[in-house]
Amino acid sequence: MLNLVALILLFPLIGAAFNGTIGKRLRKENVGYIACGAIGLSFFVSLLVFCGLLLLPPEERLFEKQLFCWIESGSFKSVVGLQVDPLSTLMILVVTGVGFLIHIYSIGYMHHDKGYHRYFCYLNLFTFSMLLLVLSNNFLLMFIGWEAVGLCSYLLIGFWFEKKSASNAAKKAFVVNRVGDFGFALGIMLIFLTFHTIDFTEVLSAASHGNFEAGSFTITIITLLLFMGATGKSAQIPLYTWLPDAMEGPTPVSALIHAATMVTAGVYMIVRCNALYMLSPFTMIVVAGIGAVTALFAASIGLVQNDIKRVLAYSTISQLGYMFLACGVGAFTAGVFHLMTHAFFKALLFLGSGSVIHALSGEQDMRKMGGLRHHIPTTYKTFLVGTVAIAGIPPFAGFFSKDEILLESLVRGNFIYWSIGALAAFFTAFYMFRLLFMTFHGESRLDHHAAEHLHESPRNMTLPLTVLAGLSFFGGFLGIPGASAINHFLSPVLGGHGHTEIPGAASGGHHGAWLPYLMMVVSTAIALGGIFLAYHMYIKKPALPKKLAERFSLIYKLLLNKYYVDEIYDALFVHPTKKISAQILWKLVDVKMIDGSVNGIARLVRGFGNVLRLLQTGYIRNYAFYIVLGCIFIIVFAVFGK
Amino acid sequence: MITITHYLILSAILFTLGVVGVLIRRNAIIIFMCIELMLNAVNLSFVAFAHYLNSMQGQLFVFFTMTVAAAEAAVGLAIIVAVFRNKETVNIDDINIMKW
Repeated sequence: MLNLVALILLFPLIGAAFNGTIGKRLRKENVGYIACGAIGLSFFVSLLVFCGLLLLPPEERLFEKQLFCWIESGSFKSVVGLQVDPLSTLMILVVTGVGFLIHIYSIGYMHHDKGYHRYFCYLNLFTFSMLLLVLSNNFLLMFIGWEAVGLCSYLLIGFWFEKKSASNAAKKAFVVNRVGDFGFALGIMLIFLTFHTIDFTEVLSAASHGNFEAGSFTITIITLLLFMGATGKSAQIPLYTWLPDAMEGPTPVSALIHAATMVTAGVYMIVRCNALYMLSPFTMIVVAGIGAVTALFAASIGLVQNDIKRVLAYSTISQLGYMFLACGVGAFTAGVFHLMTHAFFKALLFLGSGSVIHALSGEQDMRKMGGLRHHIPTTYKTFLVGTVAIAGIPPFAGFFSKDEILLESLVRGNFIYWSIGALAAFFTAFYMFRLLFMTFHGESRLDHHAAEHLHESPRNMTLPLTVLAGLSFFGGFLGIPGASAINHFLSPVLGGHGHTEIPGAASGGHHGAWLPYLMMVVSTAIALGGIFLAYHMYIKKPALPKKLAERFSLIYKLLLNKYYVDEIYDALFVHPTKKISAQILWKLVDVKMIDGSVNGIARLVRGFGNVLRLLQTGYIRNYAFYIVLGCIFIIVFAVFGK
Repeated sequence: MITITHYLILSAILFTLGVVGVLIRRNAIIIFMCIELMLNAVNLSFVAFAHYLNSMQGQLFVFFTMTVAAAEAAVGLAIIVAVFRNKETVNIDDINIMKW
């Protein structure tokens, strides 16, 4: 069954090609059927592969399928090969499974759009690229997938390109990602220089078999460069600024690309290269540090945002920070587990917000919502499940994964990591319930037009919501502490039980058995605290937020304006770049030097031509004269030349 | 005694006259006559050499030259007539369209 793995890639590619070429002439239903069918088949094959993998004994769960040799030049060799192991299988299940639901949802959501076939073409192409990214068996092929998802992200953020803000956001995402990808590409080159191969299995086994000592300088540089790529793709400080703007794209796109799959590629990459990262304690500290700071930083911005999708975007950045925190302290399983549960509940929340926006004819400002729970009950119920899950209330999915990360960050890391993570968890619970209360509870603040068209979404939109709500509820049981199925499943990839100690880092395995239980109680209490505060501020005393905002107007403005990071980046990078481009590259290099030299050559030739033209008088007499001169010259030469 | 040198000098003078005539005159018919002059200068040297070398080949060539010259005169005069009909002039300074 594992041999079928190439089909997983093939179906979405065919779907994209089909809709991209003749989709325009098909009926809308057929376009949707083709796109969903392609992903559905892909999901089905993924399940088969998953079953095939389960039938093997755990230590043999690594299957590589070489499709063809792509580049062979000297000692460099890159094959197009697919790798099936527990990690990649888990990822393809998430990508095709969640992707399938989002495709179905899109049929309803995008129904009125004139770019219907274009949308599904991009969406299928994205799924193909993402699957390529997670299934590749070498760094170069992964980089191809990495770039291709970036391209699809660009295309889909700018899907409504007539809107200036959307096309700007797409450009921003593309350019910011280039910065990270630059590091990633350099990292791959350095890997080839160091290991003389770019195959995952060979590189990682070379790394884990002690050919390099821990803390080696080269490995540290490699891992830092790879991490630079991850900060771009996974929206971490300092390259996170593109993700909030990416909300200009259609909402299902935000759910699929900017919450569930693409942005987790960085986490996946680090988990994939865990053997390399384990060799570099310094990089691990950087990863954990950036993850923790991003988690808190983004969560604090999320506290005051008013656009429903932007709150979710900052929430995504914050949750991705958690995953990096987990990776940074060496708890790779916890990172992947949170990646999976996050894919469920964040996709649910985005689709739910899409349903709200759909019901309100495009309104995204939460200040103009409120009291929607009676009007769109299914959306409300599923949204509630997602909110509770992300806030971390047992027994919902988010509780188990977030709790595990917090526990690991305390046990393997230190108290600072834990306290930052815990504070971010408190913020998370607060801003998510703030969102819930502002949207679905309280007084209705709808404007007249939106209130008239208020309606629950059609079946093909509520069905995916229900399924995702189920997954958000039950998904956590895969990782119950002590009997963690996911831990067991991933152990062949992550070595031991995914609990390899970082050499040189402070190791604490000597905690009592009571610690996990205490932590559960503490994190539940934190979540409940956040929820209670949100309830107090937005249900009990709706006037309170405004008073607080006036009281602490400095902090409020700082948060509302996202710490002015965009403005700072504009002043530091964008503006100087534009200025240099305009003043030096354009007006000096391009106009003066390049145009000048091209025009100069033309002018020179024309000048010569003008002189030579004088010979051409049109009088036969003159021509005859030249002929005579020539004859005389020849005769003189023939007679006296010798 | 008239030697071959005298003939050749005469031939050269006639040829130069022809060339100068072609270069400085403006009337197409005069130019045409100058060309004939050049041809006959060459004919003269042909004959002189033939006599000097006791060979018939030079004489033979002269017949060819004269035949060609006759044909050329017919064609050339026809062209001049055609130009005159179009332009009402045979002044070659007015016929200067051989430039861009």
